[in-house]
Amino acid sequence: MAREPVDRSVAPALGPVPAFTFPGIERHVLPNGLHVRTVEHTSAPVLSMVVHVEGGSGADPAPQEGLASLVADLVDEGTGSLSAIDVSDALARIGGDYDVDTGPDAIGFSLTTLARFADRGAELLAGLLTRPSLRESDFTRIRQLRIDRLRQIKDIASAVAERAFLRLLYGRHPYGHAPLGNEDALRAITLDDATAFHAEMFRPSQATLVLVGGMRHAALLAVAERAFGGWSEPASRPAGRTPASSIPAEPTARRIALVHREAAAQSELRIGHLAASRRTPDYAPLLLMNAILGGQFTSRVNLKLREEKAYTYGARTSFDWKRGLAPFALSTSVHTASTAAAIADAAAEIEGIRGSRPVTEGELAHAKAALTRGYPAGFETAAQVARAVSQLALYDLPDSYFSDFVPTVSAVTAEDVTRVAAQYLDPARLTALVVGDSQVVADSLHTLSFGEPLELPVQM
Amino acid sequence: MTPDHAPILDLPYTKRTLDNGLDVIVHEDHHVPIVAVNLWYHVGSKNEQPGRTGFAHLFEHLMFEGGEHQKAGYFAPLQAAGGQLNGSTNTDRTNYWEVVPTNAVDLALWMESDRMAYLLPALTKERFETQRDVVLNERRQNYENRPYGLALMALVASLFPPTHPYSWSTIGSSEDIKAMEFEDVRAFFRTYYASSNASLVLAGDIATDRAADLAERYFGDIPAGVKPAPVTATASLAGERRLLLEDRVDRPRIYMAWLTPAMYEAGDAELDLIGDLLANGKTARLYKTLVYDRRVALDVSAAQQSREMAGYFVLAVTAAPGGSLTALAAAVDEEIGVLAAGGPTAAEMERAEAQAEANFVYHLQTVGGFDGKSDQLNAYNVFRGDPGFFARDLDRYRLATPESVREAARRYLSPDRRVVLSVVPRGRAADALPGSEPVSVS
Repeated sequence: MAREPVDRSVAPALGPVPAFTFPGIERHVLPNGLHVRTVEHTSAPVLSMVVHVEGGSGADPAPQEGLASLVADLVDEGTGSLSAIDVSDALARIGGDYDVDTGPDAIGFSLTTLARFADRGAELLAGLLTRPSLRESDFTRIRQLRIDRLRQIKDIASAVAERAFLRLLYGRHPYGHAPLGNEDALRAITLDDATAFHAEMFRPSQATLVLVGGMRHAALLAVAERAFGGWSEPASRPAGRTPASSIPAEPTARRIALVHREAAAQSELRIGHLAASRRTPDYAPLLLMNAILGGQFTSRVNLKLREEKAYTYGARTSFDWKRGLAPFALSTSVHTASTAAAIADAAAEIEGIRGSRPVTEGELAHAKAALTRGYPAGFETAAQVARAVSQLALYDLPDSYFSDFVPTVSAVTAEDVTRVAAQYLDPARLTALVVGDSQVVADSLHTLSFGEPLELPVQM
Repeated sequence: MTPDHAPILDLPYTKRTLDNGLDVIVHEDHHVPIVAVNLWYHVGSKNEQPGRTGFAHLFEHLMFEGGEHQKAGYFAPLQAAGGQLNGSTNTDRTNYWEVVPTNAVDLALWMESDRMAYLLPALTKERFETQRDVVLNERRQNYENRPYGLALMALVASLFPPTHPYSWSTIGSSEDIKAMEFEDVRAFFRTYYASSNASLVLAGDIATDRAADLAERYFGDIPAGVKPAPVTATASLAGERRLLLEDRVDRPRIYMAWLTPAMYEAGDAELDLIGDLLANGKTARLYKTLVYDRRVALDVSAAQQSREMAGYFVLAVTAAPGGSLTALAAAVDEEIGVLAAGGPTAAEMERAEAQAEANFVYHLQTVGGFDGKSDQLNAYNVFRGDPGFFARDLDRYRLATPESVREAARRYLSPDRRVVLSVVPRGRAADALPGSEPVSVS
């Protein structure tokens, strides 16, 4: 069949934007106070559940850094008559994919299972969260594994950088430590501490359950009721401590810190400061600003540091969103010899977008298109949808958030982006952190406009 | 819903081959308005020569510089259309994918076909040199600057003879990468990036006929080229080799590696199951014994590495404080011996099969990316010549028996034919297994 030869000189135009209906969310509250959100999703015969429990590592009582994450890790060590081994076996038998994520504001437990095991999966998850065995021998073993893990990650440059950077930005604020905590704190934590923390934090009134699967809302709700309906609110009142998100963090001044890593092949870099809460009304322009500056492959930062200078395999910027004030940071790993040059270039990009090199209409159109046109692709699997809905609950966002996203982002102007860049990014407050070979890089850091480098030990 | 009834697992497709030899496979899934474009070239580090290692992977980087007509680069137009894209190289194949909104399928095919047909005119020496430096950074970041990051390189270098292409890692050696010449790019492209050496899958929100028309439109006029001859190489181990590597690590770790059957061959699925029943989850034998009960190890892992020409099974155990590698090696030998003698229990088989089924179902959830349906169809087509291998692939696991698993353990995981590598903290060579030879990896 004769065909018209393809014109390779111009890219084909895009067709009309395909219609997509975002998942409908139904909200329910069980008599015990548990908030439940259900979504019908039919792409595969699976059920995905996410339970988020308010608190997270930001609720670690000082000085017990690491307690929330330790308790989260401990709940699947047994429930009722099931030992840790039995739980693992039961999960495997339903093809269960179980995961725990301790964040700064909440602990997220997720379980995806084959749909025909919906009730078994939900009941198992409920058993773990609401009636964990919390036995001494399991506690001791898990705590020791986490201490050993801390010792291992001190050899991972990116992990050392993450931990040191949080501490530099937040100081003693409850957001200032990684969920894993530190060795001294873990050694001091007892099983009683874990039991008390579980009793205080794990209550239906402080949890949200999301169920996503190929069933009607009513059927999903029935699964939730059968499994979680018997979870009773403890008689004791919650301690009523101030959430980490409401505690102010001290501002920091421009500076540079250096963690020595003997003979490191590369320097791990972090450059940023505390910037905004996830609940800021400027979320959409900040998202676009970040995309243009360092949030995508074609961002200013990656094009400069990777494609133009070949300092690195990749460089990016991001907000590490929290309910409270969260950091904006550039992160990368660069060839040791390029350390100072990479920091100077990165800082110049952060400064530039605030006004001297404001975003162009072209950059803005590109970033908007990337964020909005690709948005439906994030709703393909039940687990993706469950995570997204759980995020809405975590940040008190409306059920219309998904369908509002594209119009909201599309309405942002270049002036909005420049305004938020100038307002939220502050070169005078940039903290730069280098995890690298101090003997090779220390001298060159003096040439930067970040002052005298502050040498820090590896802290675990 | 069909409770208590196994779901029907199927991955329907149509396949045709263009006149230039390009295979085109289409799978429809209209749940989300996206289409996955997935293109495999049947080339990997197995096609490299000693002294020229790392070239296939460096070449993958160059493909993202785009073709002659892509003045705006390769990423920008696809990202502006809302697409995601990536690529990867392993020993046997190089894959490239885009996941785009339904209205950008033309664009994605125009992009992929342009770099298949017109990469070389766009490529400059300067772009080549930049990407060579980016790859050296990738190597430093992901291998040299990472604890245990060089262990696998040391293992394969000993498992396979130096002329066998699996004896080097896909990232290549730093000296080889530094020595690469721009002139080599041209020959590599002409030899391996021919349409007759490629396979294209379109999966997602697109009608089969339209997908086939579009593939013909964008790829039909690209010359066929010459399909490269398959690489063949063999390997065997006569005894046990003990190696030692000092690294920037806190805890010593012992690795064991065995030569095993190639991908999809008899025994390959059984070795997958053995990996699970030794190390996946707290019920797994090695985890339960070494981490849970005796607390002499911090973690265990074990997995069959299925490759086109050969497989290898890699097991690793990290010593807990106070645990010695010699004692761990003895404990591993004992567990493997028990498995090789008695085989798995009925409960273990039931669990393994539930997990295998769930993995197949979970793979059916996404059309694109590295784990989605489009990549799976290409794997079956490129390595089996049959995109419809899905059901038979699942059967390999369903039909495994306690006896076939026992036999695979006995036959392939022998203590007399393997490589054992001790990775120890610097200055602690004495913690290695007795008789281990120091190796250097660069």
